[in-house]
Amino acid sequence: MTDSSLEDDRKYRSLWGDVWSQFRTHKGAMVGTVVFLGILIGVAIGPYLWDIDPGFANIRHRNQGMSWEHPLGTDQLGRDMLAQVLQGGRVSIAVGLTAMLLSLVLGTLIGVIAGYFRKLDGPLMRLTDLFLALPLLPLLLVIIMLFRDTLRGLFGPETGIFLLIVFIIGVTSWMQTARIVRGDVLALKEREFILAANSIGTPSQRVISRHIMPNILSPIMVSATLGIATAIITESALSFLGLGFPSDFPTWGRLLFDGTQYISQAPSRVIWPGLAISLTVLSVNFIGDGLRDALDPRIRGR
Amino acid sequence: MLNFTLRRLMFTIPTLLLISFIIFLILDMAPNDPTGNLPLTIPPEVRATIRASLGLDEPLYIRYLLWCQQFFVNEPLNLLNEWFGWCIGDCENRLRVSSWATRSPVVDLIAERMPQTLWVVGMSYVVGILIAVPIGVISAYKQYSWFDQFGTFISMIGFSVPTFFTGVLMIVIFSVWVPNDSIFWLPSIYDTTHKVDDWSSFVFQIRQMAMPVMVLGLYNAALISRFMRASMLDNLTQDYVRTARAKGLKEQTVLLVHVLRNSMIPVVTVIALGIPQIFGGAIITEQIFKVNGLGQLLIIGIQGADIPLVQTLTFLFAVLIVLFNLVADVLYGLLDPRIRYD
Amino acid sequence: MNLKHLIAGTLGAGLLASTAMAGGHEAQGRDGSVNIIYWQAASIMNPYLSGGTKDINAASMVIEPLAHYDENGAMVPTLVDEIPTVGNGGVSADLTSITWKLSEGLLWSDGSAVTSSDVVFTANYCMDETGGCQQLSKFGGVESVEAVDDLTVKITFDGPKPFPYGPFVGSTTPILQAAQFADCMGIAAPTCTDQNFGPIGTGPFTVTEFRANDSITLAANTNYREAGKPAFATVNFKGGGDAAAAGRAALETGEFDYAWNLQLAPEILADMEAKGVGTVLSSFGPLVERLMINLTDPSADLGDERSTVAHPHPFMSDMAVRQALSMAIDRPLLVEIGYGQAGKVTCNVLPAPAIYDSPNNAGCEVQDIAGANALLDEAGWEMGADGVRAKDGVRLSILYQTSTNAVRQDFQALIKQWWSEIGVETELKNISGGVFFGGDQSSPDTFQKLFADLEMYANNFDGTDPEAYMGNWACAEIPSPENAWLGGNMPRYCNADYDALVAEMGGTADIAERARLAIAMNDMLMQSYSIIPLVHRGNVSGIVNTLEGVKLNAWDSELWNIADWSRSE
Repeated sequence: MTDSSLEDDRKYRSLWGDVWSQFRTHKGAMVGTVVFLGILIGVAIGPYLWDIDPGFANIRHRNQGMSWEHPLGTDQLGRDMLAQVLQGGRVSIAVGLTAMLLSLVLGTLIGVIAGYFRKLDGPLMRLTDLFLALPLLPLLLVIIMLFRDTLRGLFGPETGIFLLIVFIIGVTSWMQTARIVRGDVLALKEREFILAANSIGTPSQRVISRHIMPNILSPIMVSATLGIATAIITESALSFLGLGFPSDFPTWGRLLFDGTQYISQAPSRVIWPGLAISLTVLSVNFIGDGLRDALDPRIRGR
Repeated sequence: MLNFTLRRLMFTIPTLLLISFIIFLILDMAPNDPTGNLPLTIPPEVRATIRASLGLDEPLYIRYLLWCQQFFVNEPLNLLNEWFGWCIGDCENRLRVSSWATRSPVVDLIAERMPQTLWVVGMSYVVGILIAVPIGVISAYKQYSWFDQFGTFISMIGFSVPTFFTGVLMIVIFSVWVPNDSIFWLPSIYDTTHKVDDWSSFVFQIRQMAMPVMVLGLYNAALISRFMRASMLDNLTQDYVRTARAKGLKEQTVLLVHVLRNSMIPVVTVIALGIPQIFGGAIITEQIFKVNGLGQLLIIGIQGADIPLVQTLTFLFAVLIVLFNLVADVLYGLLDPRIRYD
Repeated sequence: MNLKHLIAGTLGAGLLASTAMAGGHEAQGRDGSVNIIYWQAASIMNPYLSGGTKDINAASMVIEPLAHYDENGAMVPTLVDEIPTVGNGGVSADLTSITWKLSEGLLWSDGSAVTSSDVVFTANYCMDETGGCQQLSKFGGVESVEAVDDLTVKITFDGPKPFPYGPFVGSTTPILQAAQFADCMGIAAPTCTDQNFGPIGTGPFTVTEFRANDSITLAANTNYREAGKPAFATVNFKGGGDAAAAGRAALETGEFDYAWNLQLAPEILADMEAKGVGTVLSSFGPLVERLMINLTDPSADLGDERSTVAHPHPFMSDMAVRQALSMAIDRPLLVEIGYGQAGKVTCNVLPAPAIYDSPNNAGCEVQDIAGANALLDEAGWEMGADGVRAKDGVRLSILYQTSTNAVRQDFQALIKQWWSEIGVETELKNISGGVFFGGDQSSPDTFQKLFADLEMYANNFDGTDPEAYMGNWACAEIPSPENAWLGGNMPRYCNADYDALVAEMGGTADIAERARLAIAMNDMLMQSYSIIPLVHRGNVSGIVNTLEGVKLNAWDSELWNIADWSRSE
């Protein structure tokens, strides 16, 4: 290896450079990235460009179809759908990404520790069982009752509820990731390269970060993509139950839910938010695919 | 392995007791109330009497111990009595776990709802697995082919569009748009009293199950096929696959025996974790199609703060989760003999 | 049961059958099966153990009271020949007792005779303190219920009772069979699963299979007192789903004949009806969607004294603010958007029955933003730079809470917008119904605690007498920590004149005089703007076009006349 690199006149390339160049060759991932960035930019600056107030109920213009004045139509109170989809995207993507990250970090951490350290396996897995078994709705009611007013006082109604929702979704959705990661780690731990690393005295921390983590990326990536969708949908279920954001605060999940009632009258009301959620999930999924391929040295070498 | 299984089983008893207590605590702290759904015309003093008659005045630990006694002692004794006719103790007036809303034994309610939940949710799970595994395998084997792209697209749609939407969409298409006399027309309301005793009633059963099974099956298939594909992809690039091919094994054998078996570990977790959810029912889908199975029972119980009902249901659910996690662990050992637990 | 009853039963059944043939009536059960869907499933068939509307309605097909309310709110005899009044001597002149006489020849569905002892048993069953009877308030003031003879029951009250039709009138208090429920008194009440799921009754149907929270199958009662009725042989009573699904099943696919409580957006309902399969029916009782203003300070800084009369509200105690809030609301639009034909504009918290409807508050149906602004200007609330009015450092910023429900959230959004036009800032909050109406002591989110500046919900009263309902706003009814937040006076309204009227009504029997008092009380509340009525709501149900004889009833069970239903071809 050393000779060849001496003879090789290619310029020095970092690991992340390699990853990036591999990532670029993945067509789906590139399309996914462009779409995802497009959605991000759209919801970030969209509300400034399309400056109709999403909460303004223009009663005379209610239940309208698509027109120049309201490109995506209006809802049953005459609120502009485009403005609502743009505004709702901010919340949904923010909730989806943060909650997914939180649950992913928690799940991976617990899964890796449980799979790698035999002593902690029992207690941590029983904890996972406990969380899986808890009745979600009463738990939510309790959390909301205990913390809603405190958080509302500390951070104001919107940020307070945002933190609460991200926390709730994150804390109640890490278990599956943890179980899957642990299963994979259990299998990996018995592989020769881990034995080799252990036998030359590599500290556990390093074994985990250098050898285990890269090999369990694919289930984590899948969990991540599915996690975003779950978080966006769960948020809508929460607001439906009166546990989420105030009702005049649009989110994609909520728009979809409200629109379902009007499915035969105005199909466009479910199509737009549904499309937005699906596109986000799909693009994140392709990015995940590309990332996994790019991070896998065996594929990268091909 | 046997040793491990036994040890784990021993360990589950205190775990489950702890879980049951925590569930009880949460249900007790939750701010909804059994009189919350009653009409406002019922005055507050009467509400207080109702609460007292439900035993809500007693301290928490007494109510918990009472539930434990009813659930762990009285219910099993009652089962013995019903199944074998054995009567131990005072079997006439034994207090069973009773729901507050229906004033009837919770276990009977659960038994009444088991068939429709197993039929619909269980079938959708089987359908989901049957679709997902081949799709996952082919998608991974032919990565980035049109089949893979299409499969990815469909499963992502299946996953990101919630069942409250797909269910209503199906009803609008198959029950409202399709005329009543067409063979494609499907009933939008599930008849739980329907009994299958001949060919035409069997056909009717299939028809009324079709929509909920499709909706749930799509969702399950989307979930499982993603994990299947990812795991297959990981294994396809492993050295042992190259070795097997180099040995001249048939591609079919390499794929279906070597790779598939090794790829099952994360998938087994997903499947095993999903099985208790069959018994948990599918709250939204059951509600949309009026299947009225265990999921609907649970949600009604929660909305009405029917603590004995919710406590019993969630506890049984917890037992299943703990059990199936054990099953998954045992399966890991069988799928990958290198995994050792002792 | 003794031999005499058995013989009487057989004879009675024979007689009924022969009259049916002689009279040339059509046979019972000629129209096959009727399918009814309630999106909230019935959980029990005993109204004494569940006050839920769905349970009372389901039970009303099987067990019946002595008298019913018809679709106009008038009392009609059911198991008796006439309604006792002071005029016919049924109610004693001093108003302390009422005597009911059962019709002769009445039979339970098992063939035994209905006697006064069944009525007495039912009263004792509910009044047993350990049973947790949910209709106990119907028996308020009852001192004793005794059987004078086999068919006569005398109910004695502990004082004059101007409206003695609480017990055994309306489907909430039907008669149970003493023989069947004998072992179910007091603490044993909840353990009688078989009885509670399949009571023996006098109604047109009997239970064949009961699946709690799912479906009920019923068959025609062969011992029903009217020949040739019911026209349907079986009833399939299905529960579950939501209002939209129920509407679809009755109005679009025709799978079900009757769908209960279709609370849907008017345009959705109109679209469903346009399919031509079914029809939407509505009828109006006293249900009013209203805003309850909190006249006390809900600030969290007050700790235990939050929302108690010790601290008046910083700005809601100013009547100009309350009046301006009411003036800024466009009620006809709320009706149009939220309820359609199931709603009417109302300016009264007591809009029905007609004799109690005050004519003195008309004018609220016209939205007057300019007037509201002028009123606030005059009262010294000055518009700030941020578009919110303030006076002496107090900003008009409101927390507006209600239960979770699509229509209520639409109302919140609209009202918030109108209020923003008069310089009032609104924060919306919605709470799941089970918590909001739950009355749990540990929860801060109940409608009784009212830790908000105002709240919205709907309320009504049973039957046709508003005395108990209007009594809700007496000073003693104010919820506070001292009475464990029990009490119906959410606005914390307290006025000695009002209390005097409440007391006066308690001692007045004359119906015209009672109406005058009720109207006076209603006007007091309305003119102080402590309660802001929004919409007079009706019941809405859907039926397929082939179902005949349905008369929607807002005063009693919706299924009150199911015996008269039939199918046309």
